[in-house]
Amino acid sequence: MNTLLLAQDPTLADFGRDPWWLVLIKIVFAFVFGLLATLLGVWFERRVVGYMQVRPGPNQVGPFGLLQTLADGLKMAFKEDILPKSADKVVYFFAPVISVVCAVTALSVVPFGPMVSIFGHRTPLQVTDVPVAVLVLLACSSLAVYGIVLGGWASGSTYPLLGGLRSSAQMISYEVAMGLSIVAVFMTAGTMSTSGIVAAQGDATRLTIAGVEIPAPGWYAILLLPSFIIFFIATVGETNRAPFDLPEAESELVAGFMTEYSSLKFALFMLSEYVAMVTMSAVTTTLFLGGWRAPWPITLWGDANTGWWPMLWFFGKVLLLVFVFVWLRGTLPRLRYDQFMRFGWKVLLPINLVWILVLAGLRSIEDWQSRDRLLATAVGAGVLLLATLLWPSRKPAPKPTPQEQADSRPYGSFPLPPLDLQVPPSPRTKRVVAEREPANIATGSDSQEV
Amino acid sequence: MNTSTVLAAAGQVTGGEEVTFWILAPLALIGAIGMVWARNAVHSALFLVLTMLCLGVFYVLQAGPFIGMVQIIVYTGAIMMLFLFVLMLVGRDASDSLIETLRGQRVAAVVLGLGFAGLVGTGLYRALNGVAAVGLEQANAEGNVQGIARLLFTKYVLAFELTSALLITAAIGAMVLAHIERRKEDKMDQVATMKARFRPGNYPGPKPGPGIFATSSSVATPARLPDGRLTDRSTPAILPQRELTAEETTLKGTER
Repeated sequence: MNTLLLAQDPTLADFGRDPWWLVLIKIVFAFVFGLLATLLGVWFERRVVGYMQVRPGPNQVGPFGLLQTLADGLKMAFKEDILPKSADKVVYFFAPVISVVCAVTALSVVPFGPMVSIFGHRTPLQVTDVPVAVLVLLACSSLAVYGIVLGGWASGSTYPLLGGLRSSAQMISYEVAMGLSIVAVFMTAGTMSTSGIVAAQGDATRLTIAGVEIPAPGWYAILLLPSFIIFFIATVGETNRAPFDLPEAESELVAGFMTEYSSLKFALFMLSEYVAMVTMSAVTTTLFLGGWRAPWPITLWGDANTGWWPMLWFFGKVLLLVFVFVWLRGTLPRLRYDQFMRFGWKVLLPINLVWILVLAGLRSIEDWQSRDRLLATAVGAGVLLLATLLWPSRKPAPKPTPQEQADSRPYGSFPLPPLDLQVPPSPRTKRVVAEREPANIATGSDSQEV
Repeated sequence: MNTSTVLAAAGQVTGGEEVTFWILAPLALIGAIGMVWARNAVHSALFLVLTMLCLGVFYVLQAGPFIGMVQIIVYTGAIMMLFLFVLMLVGRDASDSLIETLRGQRVAAVVLGLGFAGLVGTGLYRALNGVAAVGLEQANAEGNVQGIARLLFTKYVLAFELTSALLITAAIGAMVLAHIERRKEDKMDQVATMKARFRPGNYPGPKPGPGIFATSSSVATPARLPDGRLTDRSTPAILPQRELTAEETTLKGTER
């Protein structure tokens, strides 16, 4: 039993031993997963956003409106396919295809589960794995830019071109932040293969505090929190989702790169957007959320990480991340382009670099004795704290008084009432008081009459 | 595409490797030839992308998965993308003109190209002459990525650092050349912009649209203010102003 448990974690040697039909089944499964996730993802997004905006969302076609996306897809297929006169026909056709291919290919290195038995073959629940699997993911996302940029260029009109140019700048910028946050994962896991990274998050280091052995969390979302946050933000930028959906900002660019697209080609772009969202959620799960491994309370049940169960945990985590994507869309307004770029280059990138430096420092003192290690960390933290405390703050210029502000206005400005204006009592009030006073005197003198 | 097959590929040519090669090699050649022959600059760049992608897969086939992926990410994903970016800014109809602007540039290009090829060839020959290859099995013994990392950060660390310093210098130089720093006083913040807008002498409202209260809806016709005066704020400065004559504004009898 013990050996069987140990064999749950697939290693690189477990790949490439499948018969051809098993490979075919796995590939078809990954592809169908992408398509189904899109069908359900669009429905999910519309329902969740609807719930957030206190309206029902699609609820007519099928149970809970589940088949609405299918109906929309069928309708889209029967629409007229418009080819603009000034379009570059070949490139115009290939652009959406590139988008979809890149989005789906990335799913091939995502581990869905541990070793399982399919028709008597023991095989990992993953299409394939390579020593550089995470680089394959990066390559797919960097090639996906071509779909959008070429779509924008080949349409032969202004708004799509602007959308395409924006998107290329945006995706290249955020790819840098994304790649840097993966560096921290590489440093900690010591491997670039996705199954290896999931395995590395599994063997939790055990801390012994006061004689009690506590398994410390192994998820990189906790160990490498800054990397996780930056990676997820970069992911949103990379998939062109709100609040970073600048390439298709409909308030500025009509629909950006897909303005001229219609019918099935538009559907392909739509598909690639949702598949990319699901793929990126799956990648985030794999790199930072422990992949298919069960979260803590479930691990108390011994069989949680064996057999087909892990696929359920995996889908649950992916669903959670997709929900976060939708939540972001329902909550945040779109950033302006310069704010977006400044955020990427001046915030995410420097923080990431400093964090990697700190992480490298922490890792290089790992072999020291625990007292020295504690001392070094404490000294570093203390210096940082002192620097923050004693950092000279610039004194703000004194605010001009209202009189100075009024005096500095140019000649001929709108007339202002005097600043020391005393509101005189209303003349009407004065009259009432004046009339009453003699009346009071009168009552005083005529008191004997009452 | 995994460790075992990749390492096997180092030894002998397997069936899968052969099939992949014979599919991708013609594509790579088509890309290379198309890159030279395509008239449209963007098409040229796309053909080059095709060749680079094929090269990336070839590296993976040749038991170098790391360099293959880096080829795709860096060259195809980043460098060619920036190239396309610039080409698109130039304009989609910008095609090669076949008129030689520099006299004798083709001959010079051929001579220089041959010279460069000769230089690289002899350099490689002299460098590799008498070197006994240890084989890929030994080079990839501790894993492809680890092997490259070990060489890069031990034997070639100086060259690596020098290259990175060169690239950073180039990037900073480009930024310095292209960057325009505006002084803080010159920058108008929102408050300053608003104040300038409401400064006396400046009319803060929108300009009158063409043809409001005017005799014609032409943009060349100045708008009429409510008191009947003409205002030339509504007409663009580059257009000659044109007011219709009384004859033109009378009814043509078409309303009956």
